[in-house]
Amino acid sequence: MPVAVTALANASAWAVYAVGAALVIGGAAGVVLGRNPVHCALALVTTIFGIALLFINQGADFLAAVQIIVYAGAIVILFLFVIMLLGVDRKESREPEKFRALTPVAVVVGVVALAELLVLADVHYWATGSKETSGALNGPGTNVEKLGQSIFTGYLLPFEMTAALLVIAVVAAVVLVRRAQSGQRSQGAQRRAQAPPPGPVRRPDSGQAVTSGRAPVRQESRQSGAPQP
Amino acid sequence: MSVPGPWYLVLAACLFGIGAAGLLVRRNILVMYMCIELMLNAVNLTFVTFSRMLNDVGGQDAVFFVLVVAAAEVVVGLGIIVAIYRRRSGATADDISSLKG
Repeated sequence: MPVAVTALANASAWAVYAVGAALVIGGAAGVVLGRNPVHCALALVTTIFGIALLFINQGADFLAAVQIIVYAGAIVILFLFVIMLLGVDRKESREPEKFRALTPVAVVVGVVALAELLVLADVHYWATGSKETSGALNGPGTNVEKLGQSIFTGYLLPFEMTAALLVIAVVAAVVLVRRAQSGQRSQGAQRRAQAPPPGPVRRPDSGQAVTSGRAPVRQESRQSGAPQP
Repeated sequence: MSVPGPWYLVLAACLFGIGAAGLLVRRNILVMYMCIELMLNAVNLTFVTFSRMLNDVGGQDAVFFVLVVAAAEVVVGLGIIVAIYRRRSGATADDISSLKG
């Protein structure tokens, strides 16, 4: 009976690996080959789910959860937010490549490298090198317990430094985006001061011509001009 | 847990190669960032695999820190991209060559 159970666990592990590998490779191909950036972002989500699946298959439960939460929940949403904000979700223009003649060489080198990898995976023992002293992965306690114990004892200073790093990143993002925005706002204020006041003077055909081009600016100026008496 | 480690390592190497090729081929800056994320994910998979093969939790610690650094990198990088696109709309990686010598 335990033999059957072991065989079943073995088969399920291989099945999970196959599904995860298919998700990873398919998603990566979608990211590289997709013409629309939104589709690329969704393919990136597929890859991340596949990676999380492989993490679970290797017993890294906490990292799988964090992978889904941080990557799929925060980073890809940030990507999509920027894509929508900038309006760059149009198709990429494909100019002729400069090194078109080298494409077969690149394909050959890639195939040779992949063959070498497969041979090395078969004949070579990869996991060499001395272990760290951060603790064993197998043993008593859950995965989260061991990971937390290792991070909060041996890696406490790097952990604190990541906190500082995140704060610096947030401040940097605010500074980077806010400076451009304040410049744009002053330009908008100048344009508003130079523009004639909105009212019934505007001709209908010019309004149509404007709405096709820069509708948000006009809407903003009208909204800001509305509370004036 | 019976899939041998080299299978994961080969898969991670393939993922890293696809990400690197995409970073070289694509021109949209956002898609290039996504390819960098692919490469980071490949390295994370390698770390977790070696952590299992060596029975050492240090690899998973490294993945934890890589996640934090990736989040910070994406925040700053997307801020830079937003600032660039506000200055000049519709820029690809070929157009932003002011730092070229």
